[in-house]
Amino acid sequence: MNKVVNDFSITVGTVNGSGSSTANNTILRTIFKMGVPVSGKNLFPSNIQGLPTWYTIRVNKDGFTAHHERRDIVVAMNPASFSRDLESVAPGGAFYYADDIKLPLNRDDITAYPMPIKSIIRADANIPANFRDLVGNMVYVGVLAQMLSLDMEIIHSALQFHFKGKQKPIDMNFNAVKAGAEWAKNNLEKKDPFYVERMSKTQGLIMADGNTAAALGSIFGGVQFAAWYPITPATSLAEALNEYLPQLRKREDGKNTYAVVQTEDELAALGMAVGAGWAGLRSMTSTSGPGLSLMTEFAGLAYYAETPVVIWDIQRIGPSTGLPTRTSQGDLTFTYFIGHGDSQSIILLPGDVYECFEFGWKSFDIAERIQTPVFVLSDLDIGMNQWMSAPFQYPDTPMDRGKVLFEKDLEDLKGNWGRYLDKDGDGIAYRTLPGNRHPLSAYLTRGTGHDQYAKYSEEPKMYAENMNRLKKKQETAKRYVPAPILHKRKGAAAGIISYGSTEAAVFEAQHLLEKQRGVKTDFLRIRALPFTQEVETFLKSYDQIFVVEMNRDGQMDQILKIEYPQYATKLKSVAFVDGLPASAKWILEGILDKYEDGGKKAAIHKRKPTDGKKSAPAKKKAPAKKAVKSKTPAKTKK
Amino acid sequence: MTETLPMAGAAASVNLAGLSKNDYRGAPTTLCQGCGHNSISNQIVGALYEMNIVPETVVKFSGIGCSSKSPTYFLNRSFGFNSLHGRMPAIATGALFGDHRLKGIGVSGDGDSASIGMGQFKHVMRRNVNMLYIVENNGVYGLTKGQFSATAEKGLQLKKQGRNLYMPVDICMEAFVSNATFIARSFAGNAKQVKELLKAALSHKGIAVLDIISPCVTFNNQENAFHSYSWGKDHEEPLHEISYIAPRNEIILEREMEEGEIREVAMHDGSVVILKNIEKNYDPTNRFEALRVMEEAQQNGWLITGLLYVDTQKPTLTEMHNLVDTPLNRLTEADLRPDRSMIDKVNALMF
Repeated sequence: MNKVVNDFSITVGTVNGSGSSTANNTILRTIFKMGVPVSGKNLFPSNIQGLPTWYTIRVNKDGFTAHHERRDIVVAMNPASFSRDLESVAPGGAFYYADDIKLPLNRDDITAYPMPIKSIIRADANIPANFRDLVGNMVYVGVLAQMLSLDMEIIHSALQFHFKGKQKPIDMNFNAVKAGAEWAKNNLEKKDPFYVERMSKTQGLIMADGNTAAALGSIFGGVQFAAWYPITPATSLAEALNEYLPQLRKREDGKNTYAVVQTEDELAALGMAVGAGWAGLRSMTSTSGPGLSLMTEFAGLAYYAETPVVIWDIQRIGPSTGLPTRTSQGDLTFTYFIGHGDSQSIILLPGDVYECFEFGWKSFDIAERIQTPVFVLSDLDIGMNQWMSAPFQYPDTPMDRGKVLFEKDLEDLKGNWGRYLDKDGDGIAYRTLPGNRHPLSAYLTRGTGHDQYAKYSEEPKMYAENMNRLKKKQETAKRYVPAPILHKRKGAAAGIISYGSTEAAVFEAQHLLEKQRGVKTDFLRIRALPFTQEVETFLKSYDQIFVVEMNRDGQMDQILKIEYPQYATKLKSVAFVDGLPASAKWILEGILDKYEDGGKKAAIHKRKPTDGKKSAPAKKKAPAKKAVKSKTPAKTKK
Repeated sequence: MTETLPMAGAAASVNLAGLSKNDYRGAPTTLCQGCGHNSISNQIVGALYEMNIVPETVVKFSGIGCSSKSPTYFLNRSFGFNSLHGRMPAIATGALFGDHRLKGIGVSGDGDSASIGMGQFKHVMRRNVNMLYIVENNGVYGLTKGQFSATAEKGLQLKKQGRNLYMPVDICMEAFVSNATFIARSFAGNAKQVKELLKAALSHKGIAVLDIISPCVTFNNQENAFHSYSWGKDHEEPLHEISYIAPRNEIILEREMEEGEIREVAMHDGSVVILKNIEKNYDPTNRFEALRVMEEAQQNGWLITGLLYVDTQKPTLTEMHNLVDTPLNRLTEADLRPDRSMIDKVNALMF
């Protein structure tokens, strides 16, 4: 059998709440530190304990780390999902299962490996009874380590990292790994083709999740106030602020330069953040779609009251009883038009963990410069999963605190200023902050019912002028938001536009398009709204442009068509959402379905791609042959 | 004690802060003539003037409604934020983190606080935000022209609404169970008491709730209505006469004058609220007593006024957050952005 090295997926099916994340992260981190490109996606249900949950690891020597449908190696720890898990293994794949699950093994086109998890754990007297299930997960880590050739020393260091150097849990878990590996060495016969071999493709990289990166970036951006309300998948962002702020902003006098407040609801969360932003603080909140709905009224007020504030939306499928633990890019149009009447939002679209950090600090600069809410749309996939990333970079520009007048400035101006006076012609007026002691500093903030000096006014002309100035700010914002990233290929015939977490899947789809169909594409990843000039240039350059996104209605496609009606007919929406992270498969199929070769639909689209195609499992009823060495009969018989 | 005090009997042009009363005024009111809210605005101007508070050290907040319009009508020289319906507490909570030395003055109404904003009302209490929270309570929605509010008494008849079927919300009781640290009630028609309670509330460190029954002359001022002038005047049941005494030497003088029937409540800044008891030896620091008088008043249909409860020992929100002495909104990049060397530390913390 040909060895398959560093190019496969591992899927672990467990019971939610059984503590398998330590085990899965250990596998992920080990492969990462062996220098092999890897990604991990937690596909979990909305549940504390009991429902089936899966964790998938993609190992790929070429660096394609997007979610992949094909299941090469499946680890079945959950009786409830055992049959489904068994069925999901691709032909030629490997199936590891806890041998206390007494269910039929009806596949003969795969290799099945029983794992006596319970007996191995019971054999270790050092493991307390109430820890057996948790530590039991480490047995499959050991079995896989043996069968895939994972480095035991790296496994140990991954556990050291996970348990923050605490010796007792490190030992207990590592002993279980060793026991699993030892048992596999003595009892299992390798019959599947999958191996991990050391490479040097991850050197210098780090592994982190986007919510942690966002919190860290915000801290390097000088966050001073954060108000939040718990909601999956945004909670860990605020929790990371609580974890890292005391470390990174420690002062000798022990006092704080920031405050984080958990509020009574999302209305209060954005309300407080707006209040703090108005008072001159670098202020933020973090939420997800349903929370953003509740924040709508304040978002509208902040737009009209011209208050800087940063709002992170870690997108998921809504509503509350939608699929709250599943990823999506479904909040784009809602966020773009959030508010009342005419409003347009500044939206940043981080594509990975690195950009979560970068936009963490940059978003404050933009919010304070433009004096408006800045929304950062991440998603569950970036926010909660571990991604390989270039190390975070220290901000390369000083803080931009925008146009703020203090006492001395007002003295120089002899008090001659107007809160809504467009002195510089960029739509952005100067503001003062509460606490300013100059007698002419104060003004009363309200929505749009004011003149240029913040006095109450319902004058029609005044209102219309003010609204036009707000629109001008949106133009000005184009000079400050991150430009899109263009990936060009020589001889490209079509364009692809995407944003956010779909990037890795688009790269892979581009590769497959070229490899299988000879279709070369250029790829523009949009990183912000309003659109900058680069977007229009890209739209001009191709006859057909595919807009790839994880939602049903093609929201970016809709906005592009509104902003650039002259190019509307060239835009083709490739939109899909089912709760799973983006994969090359649906992007490839979506593009081929609409691709036109020389003015007519390409004949090629009839041929379905083979690579990435969901494998139809064999439905053979013959029992699987267990890959157990003959010297030791399997403990369980099916 | 060499400060020059205004001469007795003469019309003082400036206070100890060197400001005239005009420095405390706002834009002309656009509320109805005779509205209780206007009277309260005037007392706010008077109280701050007499307390020598510099307007720039105060921030005004409001939600939406007739009451929430009133911050425009006092303290032109103070920052203010006229925010969203029922959401004044959130805006104030966030904004007061900007400069912890500032005092908030929030003006809300019964619709704004007891209905749409009930959640935020209660949470701003438990956080002990350093602000005076006035509820101008008239039992009716004015700006939308006369609907029942949640403080309207059961059985009240209104022109277009018919009879109110539901029990009222008691602002002071809600504040009390939410652990507010200063709770008082007054009646807009009793200007002296309003002003003295305003002064006491402004001296309080933390949240000070002032429920002021403020009759709506347009939509709810029938003879028999709870929130009307005539009812209020007839049923007002002051717990005590109240005098606010500013810090410093004046305290001694007042003590001599009020000898006998007085009870003093010391505020954090050294000022004293002197309660002259009318009927009973009421102790506003006793939670059981506070609950008892509120319950008793409710059962008897009394409009109980005065300082109902005070706790001067609780830390404020910004104190609980242990903030640096410099106001947060004066901090710069040097204070806020971690040192360049920290980025390696952070990357090392990742796997």
